[in-house]
Parts: sequence; structure tokens; C-alpha cells
Amino acid sequence: MAVAGRYNEVVLDHYRNPRNVGEILGSPAVAQVGDPASGDVLKIGLRIENGRVIEARFKSFGCTAAIAAGSMTTILIQGMDLAALDRFSNQDVVAALGGLPESKLHCSVLAEQAIREALRRYREASASVAAGGAPCR
Amino acid sequence: MASIYMDNHATTRVDPRVLEAMLPFFTTEFGNAASKSHAFGWRAEEAVTRARTQIARLLNADPKEVVFTSGATESNNLALVGAFEAAAGRGEHVITGATEHPAVLDVVARLEARGARVTILPVDRTGLIDPDALRRAITDRTVLVSLMFANNEVGTIHPVAAIGALCKERGVLFHTDAAQAAGKVPVDVQAMGIDLLSLSAHKVYGPKGAGALYVRRKNPRVILEPMLHGGGHERGLRPGTLNVPGIVGLAAALEIARAEMPLEARRLGALRDRLQEGILARVEDVQVNGHPTARLPHNLSLSFAYVEGEALLMALDDVAVSSGSACSSEKKEPSHVLRAMGLSDTQAQTSLRFGLGRFNTEQEVEHVIGRVAEAVARLREISPLYEMARRTTGAQVTRRIPTS
Repeated sequence: MAVAGRYNEVVLDHYRNPRNVGEILGSPAVAQVGDPASGDVLKIGLRIENGRVIEARFKSFGCTAAIAAGSMTTILIQGMDLAALDRFSNQDVVAALGGLPESKLHCSVLAEQAIREALRRYREASASVAAGGAPCR
Repeated sequence: MASIYMDNHATTRVDPRVLEAMLPFFTTEFGNAASKSHAFGWRAEEAVTRARTQIARLLNADPKEVVFTSGATESNNLALVGAFEAAAGRGEHVITGATEHPAVLDVVARLEARGARVTILPVDRTGLIDPDALRRAITDRTVLVSLMFANNEVGTIHPVAAIGALCKERGVLFHTDAAQAAGKVPVDVQAMGIDLLSLSAHKVYGPKGAGALYVRRKNPRVILEPMLHGGGHERGLRPGTLNVPGIVGLAAALEIARAEMPLEARRLGALRDRLQEGILARVEDVQVNGHPTARLPHNLSLSFAYVEGEALLMALDDVAVSSGSACSSEKKEPSHVLRAMGLSDTQAQTSLRFGLGRFNTEQEVEHVIGRVAEAVARLREISPLYEMARRTTGAQVTRRIPTS
């Protein structure tokens, strides 16, 4: 099966040499989305300081496109402020990767979902701190 | 190292000896086997008769019982639809198994739409059906049992002789899809009580587009309703000008396979065992799928926990293997075979199928072991599932609670 033929060089490069693989410890802005049963899990962690992403890391259980989308996402969001993160869309990932096969577009959607979820958790944790209470869950 | 082909369940390279046998039938011997008025036709017919006789001998059948088709998919269609329609009025119950190829399951689904009642037998963790379950499933309305000889994903070999005996006892026709087994393990339609058998040339180092259906003529005489109409070829069962080069290639391929089977099975079995042991020695958390002994000698199906199959295929970019079956590799649906065997969807997503073949070498096997070990290690480092598993199996289970 000529798997490689279906992807462009940018995608293949990010698959072969994924950037920013890893975990972010001690940050609430960590989210894992997707379902292993369908072969797609993406975990993204952000370190946010002064309203900006200063570090982003990812891990992926998924196909070539999923790994490339995770890798590209961590590059795109580096340095973004929260407002920009809110506007972050899967189309940004697809465009930066120079396109994905039709059947693999859902991999980029997973990246957007992970960012949304990480942000939601970050805001939840910030609000709870702001409210003066320690998180009780 | 150049690309290594280890996907021999999908298809095989044509053996040079097979190609050589076929070539004259494209050029000087191009006649139509149905042309009765000149030597071009006669010589083509002779070649077809010779091939039919060869193939019959390999199956322990009569030459008249061999019907040439375009391959196992067509043979399966003709066997199932043909037997079902010919049995109209006598019964409408068809029994098959959960791990059959789509070329059987999809046909059975079509029969269901035409009024068949279908029983799909489950399999155990090794991919075997339970003969007692088959015995219980057969009713006096059952017209056909279709169970594959050997599975295309995990290589599990069914107890065909026992199934055949059971079907004989109950007077039910037994069809077997032997696309993966013919030429790899001994097949004897008499000893095994097989009434209909599908086979294909391209799985045994023959050409694509050629296959056959064995149709029993005695004890019992199997009646099939043809699917195609348009000429009396193949006793009316399969009209259409015969693919003479393909038929010659099919017979040559099966003849070589039969002559070399004992040696080849031992050689490929040893290579497969080395591949399995080599990978298991270097990679943790790998599961071997299929039956430990009743398995095709050249098959190896492995599940690599925490690593998605397509990413792994891509990492093995100089090795041709497949995840699940080639027919479903564009879909993300986990293999129906592995699921029927009780693997979770997640496990099925992590599975690769290796199919060794006549042209693989020991050196290639060693290379593949190394490539698989590297690729799995690299992808596990990226995998959040691996990270979670390591954390929960580690000495302390830590749970981070968000704090400011």
C-alpha cells in the first residue's frame, strides 16, 4: 500500500520529524480528545503565561495525518494570545500543512477540538483560582 | 535496501516459470478455445483441457468439475448465488462465518435481501468456528454452508474435513473459499467432503484475473443457477471467451505450488517463526493474532499496543505490509475479522498483517524485525496511550490536579 503517495511533503516531514512532542506538566491547559477505538487520539498541552502560549506540546495515537496535524498545531499556536487561540480553526492547520486528503480532514478537526478543550480547562482553573477556592475535583 | 514485499495475502508476484508457460498464449497460441474450425482454436482448447486436468488432479477432482472464472470473488458469487437459486423451494437457510472475506459476506447479505435466512457463526479468540455450533445451526431448510478454508487476515485454518463430514451427514452443500489455502496447504475435495471450492491464481504466484470454482458432479451432483448468460462455455455455468493465458497460468502456478509445497511450507514457516520471535523479543506488548498451530505457515498478524496501524505502515516505508485487510485499508473501520475474534476496536486499530512469500529471504526478515522495532519505539514515544499505560503501570499513579 503506497501510503506515502497520499500525503504531501510537508505532512510527511511533520510525520517523520514531529515537532514539540511531549507533555506539559503542571498546567491545567491540557486536553486529550478523540477515541482510541476509532484510531484517533490527540493530546495537547499548553503553558500559558501572561495571556500567551509560551510552550505547546502534543502526543498522538493516530495516523500520519493526525501526527502531522498535532505537530503543526503546536507550531502555529506558539506565542498566540488567548483571543487568537479562540479563533484557531482546523482550516489553519490544513492550510499550514498544504492540504490533507479528504478522508483525513477529521485529523485537523481533532486539533481544533483539543485546543478548545485545553482553553476551556485553562479558563475553568483560572476562574476557580480567581474565586479563591482550590479546585475540589 | 530496496522495497520488501511482505503482503502476500493480498497478492503475489507471478513466478517466472508461470509467466513463461503463459507467454505463448498471448502471441503464437492466441486462438479462441471455442473456435472449432481451425488449429488456432484447437490448440487453445488443448491447453485449457490440459490445465483443467492438472487443476482437477491437484484437488483430487474430475476435470469436468472445474469451472474457470475470473478469480475467487466471482467463484464465491457463482457458488453462493448459484446454489441458493438452484435450491429455490427446497430451502432458504444459508450458514457462514463471521470472519469470511467480504466476497462471501457481501454476497450472503445480498441473498438475505432476496429472501435467504442467514446464520453467521461466531468464532473463538483464535478465529475458529465451533463445529457443534454448526451442527446446531443446520436445519432441514439449510441449503448451503460456506466457510473459508483459511483466513486472509490471521491465517486460521478451519477444520475443513470435519465441517465437510458434518455437512454430508446432514445433506447440506458445503462451499469453501480456498483463495488463501489452495497451493499453500493440502486440499482434497473427496477426503474433505467439499462440494464447492473457490480458488484464485494471483494468490499462488499466478496471474490476476484467473480463478476457478470446483463444482461436485457426483455424491451429490451440485446444481448451480448461472449468473451470466451468453454462450455455452463452461457447460453453461460461466459463459464468455476463456482467458487462455490466465488459465494456463493458474494451472502452472498450482502445479508448482503442489510440487514445492512441503519444502516451501517449511521454509516460509521458519521465516514466519523467526519474524514473530524476532519482533516479540524486541518489542513489548505485542499480541499474536490467530491460531497458534492451525495457521497458514506464511501468515503473521500482530497487534502493537498504543500504536495506530496506518502510522506504523507509514513508518515502515520500505516494507509492504497491510493493516487489516487490503480491501478495507481506505476505511478507518477496524477489521471485522479481528473484532469477531474478540479484539477491541482499539486493539484492531493497532494491527498489522505480514504475509511472507516465495521470494522473501532471511535477510529481509531480519531487516523487517529491525525496522518494526524502531518504528514501534518511535511511535510509542509519541503516543498518549503509551504514556498513560506507563503511568498507570508504574510504581505510583499520579493524578495531576489543576492548581494555579
